[in-house]
Amino acid sequence: MLNQEFKVPAKLKTTSLTLLAIGIVTLLAGVFTLLMSHDQMSQNRFWAVLLQNSVFFLLISLASVFILSATSLAQGAWIVSFRRIPEAIGSIVWVMAMIAGLVLLTIVWTNNHHIYKWLEDGYIVHNKLNALKNFFLNRNFFTIWTLIVLGLWSWFGIKLRQLSIKQDSDPKGSTKTYWLNFNYSAGFIFVFALSLASTIPWLWIMSLDAHWFSTMFSWYTFASSFVSGMSMIMLWILYTKRHGYLGHVNDEHIHDVGKFMFAFSIFWTYLWFSQFMLIWYANIPEETIYFKIRMHGPYKFFYWINIILNFVCPILILMPRPNKRNYFVVTLVAIIILTGHWIDFYQMVMPATVGENWHIGWFEIGIVCGFIGLIISLVSNKLTKAPLVPQNNPLLKETIIHIS
Amino acid sequence: MSIKKFAVAVYDDEAVLFPAVKKVRGAGYKIHDVYTPFAVHGLDVALGEKESDLHIAGFIYGITGTCTALGFMGWIFTTDWPQNFGGKPHFPLPAFIPITFELTVLFAAVGMVLTFCYLNQIMPGVKKHIFHPRQTDDKFVLVIEVNENTAKETETFLKTTGAEETNIQVAEADWWFGRFDKREDYEIQEQLA
Repeated sequence: MLNQEFKVPAKLKTTSLTLLAIGIVTLLAGVFTLLMSHDQMSQNRFWAVLLQNSVFFLLISLASVFILSATSLAQGAWIVSFRRIPEAIGSIVWVMAMIAGLVLLTIVWTNNHHIYKWLEDGYIVHNKLNALKNFFLNRNFFTIWTLIVLGLWSWFGIKLRQLSIKQDSDPKGSTKTYWLNFNYSAGFIFVFALSLASTIPWLWIMSLDAHWFSTMFSWYTFASSFVSGMSMIMLWILYTKRHGYLGHVNDEHIHDVGKFMFAFSIFWTYLWFSQFMLIWYANIPEETIYFKIRMHGPYKFFYWINIILNFVCPILILMPRPNKRNYFVVTLVAIIILTGHWIDFYQMVMPATVGENWHIGWFEIGIVCGFIGLIISLVSNKLTKAPLVPQNNPLLKETIIHIS
Repeated sequence: MSIKKFAVAVYDDEAVLFPAVKKVRGAGYKIHDVYTPFAVHGLDVALGEKESDLHIAGFIYGITGTCTALGFMGWIFTTDWPQNFGGKPHFPLPAFIPITFELTVLFAAVGMVLTFCYLNQIMPGVKKHIFHPRQTDDKFVLVIEVNENTAKETETFLKTTGAEETNIQVAEADWWFGRFDKREDYEIQEQLA
């Protein structure tokens, strides 16, 4: 039972490659119709969609590395039974990082000030307070910090998986690799706190509205990406389980992941609301402008659907205990959450870039398909490379006898 | 308020307790309760307890808190004493959310603690019969309700389940207010019986 080698089902392979092909065709079509058109808005749409999707899919993959590190540090045993899934997702972070890095740095180095308005000379320097941002929002800082962070994320994602696979061939009862993994996890948490939990969302997303600022923004982005990441892990667990693998993952493990989806949906709402309420209450024009376009302007629909999909649905559907153990219900909620947070990222990026000319059309959907296909094919391929159970993990017994 | 007769078995370890519970239930005895020094994971499943309704009570308390907060603040600021705070509307929902949230949590928490105490028959100032003085320390105590006819037989059976000590006790099954024991009472009961 414990030595299961994952084989990619033919149907999954076809689906993922089809989705990937749709994505590539859409991208090429986008280059010829949107990017090469003389219409500024079409060009903006092209870059904004790529920016939003590459960052979103990078961050939800990265959430797997975070949950691995956090549970390793807490010595949580519950995750060990399906540890190979977040590990596989974490080890493809480097691909997503390369795509996101390519998109971000192309925008910055082609001086595309329709996307990042601070690229225009003297755009920020209107008053003393904003002038301080020049230290942060300039091309060199952006490039160097982005490259460092992407490199570290990719490296840690690969490293955590390598250690876990190395553990399989360790002598029985050896805990050396286990503690090594513990130390690397601590390192990653440190990097994560300085990157995703503070500077990176300011730099990549918040700076689209170069005059606006919110100290909650990074945590809000983190919560958004983390809850989507957990939903993605849930979908992978249920998929592999349905195809006859991971027999030792029982309802308790599913319940635990369900709790994360439930709790972090509420945490996301808490951060979202904290950011919103302070701005609403203080009512300072340079801050409220951010919400004016979203609440009352052309993004009204996304603004409300965001709260419904990401707060109302998870809290009401996942609250009863039996629902967190029902495979159909958690699958449904996982899809709702992923859609909801994609929309959340959409309404973070679009108002500042394409303004009222937003579309959800062939280009947006095609690019999303491409990223989904890419993730599915890479992760399923990674899953075949190692047994689905970390054999020598000292917590293995504890995770298998997991009861309420 | 009912005084009953109980067969009591004391176990040394949870590893002995689990097979014993299984054996006792398999033999068709109805377990009155099991007292353990700490929360034993999986014991509720082994005992065949159905899921607690405490969380439904919690949800109702929470909703009560939400309604209380919104209703009360809404009544104050729209009807009773309307004031203008920084040009905000008289029913500023976002500004009410933190207090609504806090009151929801407060109602749910306090209500659930009290309900929990009631369901488990624990509360400051109430007393409950203690079957074994070490049941809060290091012993696991399994209790079966019996009558005169079944007492002997049940005790003999419990001895075979690995109990290190068994006995028959006549005791109050419920809780009562006050700090006094009820020994005198059930001594009289025994004489009457």
